[in-house]
Amino acid sequence: MSSVWTRRALIAVLLAALVLCGILLFKLYERYAGEDSGSADIGGPFELVNQDGKTVTEADFKGKLLLIYFGYTYCPDACPTALGVMAAALGKLDVAGERVTPILISIDPARDTPEALKDYVAAFHPRLVGLTGSEEQVAKAAKAYRAFYQKQPGATGEGYLMDHSTLIYLMDAEGKFLTYFGPQATPDEVAEAIRRYL
Amino acid sequence: MNRRHLLLIAAACTLAPLAAAAHEFKAGDLVIHHPWARAGAQTRPGAGYVVIENHGAAADRLTGAESRIAEMVELHTHVMENGVAKMTQVEAIDVPAGGKAELKPHGFHLMLMGLKQPLAEGDTFPVTLVFERAGKVEVTFVTEAAGATESAH
Ligand SMILES: [Cu+2]
Repeated sequence: MSSVWTRRALIAVLLAALVLCGILLFKLYERYAGEDSGSADIGGPFELVNQDGKTVTEADFKGKLLLIYFGYTYCPDACPTALGVMAAALGKLDVAGERVTPILISIDPARDTPEALKDYVAAFHPRLVGLTGSEEQVAKAAKAYRAFYQKQPGATGEGYLMDHSTLIYLMDAEGKFLTYFGPQATPDEVAEAIRRYL
Repeated sequence: MNRRHLLLIAAACTLAPLAAAAHEFKAGDLVIHHPWARAGAQTRPGAGYVVIENHGAAADRLTGAESRIAEMVELHTHVMENGVAKMTQVEAIDVPAGGKAELKPHGFHLMLMGLKQPLAEGDTFPVTLVFERAGKVEVTFVTEAAGATESAH
């Protein structure tokens, strides 16, 4: 008889341990998912002006993957390199590349008017979208993507440079964050990653 | 594919080897490879890239550059801080003895400021590189596509 009770007690303890384990695992999972949703927090609503002077929002870009880069047209090195990598990656994807919209969001709206962006984006890719806007609109978009930018301290006159983050973001057809690429990414690496999400 | 395309391809096939062959410059112990820049639709600042080999036993330094196509040419590099690219001017770029200096995207580059006209793909232009030991060396830069990430040559 007593052995039955011992067994029941043991089962109860085991069950309690299991539940505790479950709770612990759930907490851990929550934490990791939380970290994940840290990157999932990248992106969100924006209102900007495209290279044709038309106001657009994130809703205008739904249905296609997005490759987004924050840069500026007076940027001689980092931005043309990143935009070149984006264009070359789409080239490598051939027809499938048409399911991706490449976007440059200017972090220098004072100089990057829609007209200034128009020629600039066309030089890289026929479908490259150039977005600019008011200082506030750009600041809001950059904040949503956690993109950092600032005019170089001590810059004077028209010839100033901008410091800025150099990530290329890949977003899904709903505008949700998928992954990002650092400045050393090659067209092959970017194309390969995109192919996984197409 | 039309006749114009064929002509272009034919021209490219004839000229490319010539351009490639001509696209190396020697000055004393220095061998300077493939100077290139990118095309731009406007007269925005441009970046120039080049690889400089030093076959000598003495170190040299690139201390400056000038070109008639730009009001000013500066030596620049990129410093990455927390994923943020900060472009800064440098006084000189070392060309170590038996080694090389690589000016390439996201690293050292010549900053071509105050361009007098937009750079068009296929254009060439002269740049005088100024070295501490080798002195002034004139080289020819080739303008690649706007989105070029390395020299096609
Ligand atoms: Cu620079």
